[in-house]
Amino acid sequence: MTNALSGATLFRLANQSLSYGRNRVLDDISLEVRRGEKVALLGPSGAGKSTLINLLYGQQPGISALQPQGGGLVDLLSVYQNIFIGALDRVGNLPALWNLVRPLPSHRRAIEDIARLLGLQDKLWQSVDRLSGGQRQRVAIGRALYRRQPVFLGDEPVSSVDPLQAEALLRQLLERHESAIVSLHNRQLALNHFDRIVVLRDGRICCDCPASELSDEALDDFYQQDGSPLSGPPAPENEGWVIRTS
Amino acid sequence: MTVLAAFYSRRRSSARTLNGVCLLLIAVALLSLLGADIQLYRVDPWQELSRIGLGLAQPDWRDLPQLLRAVGQTIAFALLAVALAAPLGLGLAMAFRFLPVRLLCAALRSVHELFWGLIFMQLYGLSASTGILAILVPFSGVFAKVFAEIFEQQAPEPAQALPLAAGPLKRHLYTLIPQAWPALVSYTRYRFECALRSSAILGFIGLPTLGFHLETAFKQGQYSEAGAMFWAFLLLIASIRFWLRPWLLPLYLAAAVWLLPETVGFSNGGYLWRFISEDIWPTALHRGDWSGLLEWYRMMFSQQVWPGLLQTVLLTQIALVLSGVVILATYPFASRALAGPAMRWPGRFLLLVLRSTPEMVLAYVFLLLFGPSGLPAVLALALHNGGLIAFLVANASDAESGAPTARPDDPKGLKRYAYIETPRRFPAMLALLFYRWEVILRESAIMGILGIATLGFYIDSAFEEIRYDRAFLLILVTALLNMLVDTLSRRLRRLARTDSVRCHS
Repeated sequence: MTNALSGATLFRLANQSLSYGRNRVLDDISLEVRRGEKVALLGPSGAGKSTLINLLYGQQPGISALQPQGGGLVDLLSVYQNIFIGALDRVGNLPALWNLVRPLPSHRRAIEDIARLLGLQDKLWQSVDRLSGGQRQRVAIGRALYRRQPVFLGDEPVSSVDPLQAEALLRQLLERHESAIVSLHNRQLALNHFDRIVVLRDGRICCDCPASELSDEALDDFYQQDGSPLSGPPAPENEGWVIRTS
Repeated sequence: MTVLAAFYSRRRSSARTLNGVCLLLIAVALLSLLGADIQLYRVDPWQELSRIGLGLAQPDWRDLPQLLRAVGQTIAFALLAVALAAPLGLGLAMAFRFLPVRLLCAALRSVHELFWGLIFMQLYGLSASTGILAILVPFSGVFAKVFAEIFEQQAPEPAQALPLAAGPLKRHLYTLIPQAWPALVSYTRYRFECALRSSAILGFIGLPTLGFHLETAFKQGQYSEAGAMFWAFLLLIASIRFWLRPWLLPLYLAAAVWLLPETVGFSNGGYLWRFISEDIWPTALHRGDWSGLLEWYRMMFSQQVWPGLLQTVLLTQIALVLSGVVILATYPFASRALAGPAMRWPGRFLLLVLRSTPEMVLAYVFLLLFGPSGLPAVLALALHNGGLIAFLVANASDAESGAPTARPDDPKGLKRYAYIETPRRFPAMLALLFYRWEVILRESAIMGILGIATLGFYIDSAFEEIRYDRAFLLILVTALLNMLVDTLSRRLRRLARTDSVRCHS
């Protein structure tokens, strides 16, 4: 982690803005991410995290493993095939077609290992439409892992998994990728596992600093400022976006 | 116990269930190939094909008045029939929870328009009444079924919030019909397109619509005239949305009445009664000659019902699987994700042509090319139905581009076809195919009118020989077969768990 700053630049945004129609989603974003950095992206829902991740993916599509929100799984295909899709760029057309009929042995072994890691080994041949939300998300993680790329771009990759498993899976994702940019809604996960934290609000970056300089309370301040849905009349619970400190 | 467990664990993969259904259908189709009357008579169909192609390329528009009259009468029959059938169907749909109503509708729609045409022709001759009734009667049954399905899909809350004492009529008028109005209108619009096709092919039994002139032109080898009719028909179908405007409807209806052939058929009640009470029953039954009746049924079953039934079912099963092949082979060329935003247009045009051309017309052309066997029927059914479903599949694929399931890192080309698009479209595609199963069966029975040995062949001959008793029995068998397949296809659709797919039957 110490040599993070010496790595080459992977992503660079300079005064980037983006609007859908009249709705400004990203507002004057400047961000630079170097090789080896592990960046957590925080912020209330609707802050522009997903848009930012997709924008970053467009800069390095060749070396990034993307896990979008929702996972983008193909319902009818089995867990195995859905993970295999991550390797489609490494396989020729004919083997890819044959794999739909008979799984290719080498991929089968590798994917069985990944499934074991994800706790999906006994679901490997089920179609993903019969899985629960958490199981589907684990399949999406499997696909990202099987992309075998140096960079991981995840949009709330562990949001539907139970807290204990979420921690373990996130650790795996970070271990197996040299660099990572991950949006999260769990602040504790961000503080524990990342070396840099970027907080986004209303399409702007309102905090970008090393995780070691931040604490849960410090992060709180970024949400309690004026304009935040959490400010104003006392809310009984944190409703704007779920904050778990488990 | 272990067998049960194995079955259960296997059922837990949707893909495996669907694959099982597909493999079963393919196996049945392969077995059907053994028994079906499929032969290639013409060794060299290319000469005929090139003449037809030349006719299509150089249509002859010289006899424009006759062409316009044929187009006008085709529209007139379709428009009047739909204008009457849609309200009738709506009324029946409101009473659809009563079993007798459901059975009546199933019976009405299980008999093909052409068979209804043949029946009404005996009563009303070659007249406007025959043409309108032939479309009106089966379409009322279809409208009733589909409208009832549309009502079922509406949110139940508005109806629940009504006063308890409000009866079914008020419930429909104040909640279900307003809620479902866009769906009802859009389905009626689609059905009008179907009615135009039905109206056109009613020409094959002699009514003065496009099919009549098309058949005459083909028989005389005047392919340029036939080409003009064909393009006129395609243009008519493709331009529906430009000229079918709600505020113009009264004008169109008045024009349609004016355009109808002058012979409005009448039949006095006595003749109708004789037809229903005597003509359609075997003479042995009137005489009370039971052994003769048994002999008659045995003769009919062994010589006509069974061979006709067998060929109808065998050709249907082959055409069903072949339709699936056509869908999988053609839809990528019309979808944005696979063919590209610009390159999909030739594919879409081809599918639109296949969808607009009635099966009977396609079969008639193939009959000229390949000679009289089941082959032309199977090809025509597969191309028309496959093209129609492929068009819907391609549309569904286009509608989902940019949806949350789309990923920027999705693969391209063949891999995208095999791993993303086809698995995503497959359940809906199968459901549509099962919807069309009933239609394919009805159509393959009717192909008999062209001389292919399905049930329609025996029905047509019976009418020609004025043996109404035989025709009635054969139509009854055809209808029962249809209802059976209808039930089966509903079960299979439930298996594909995609009953919510819009029904374009």
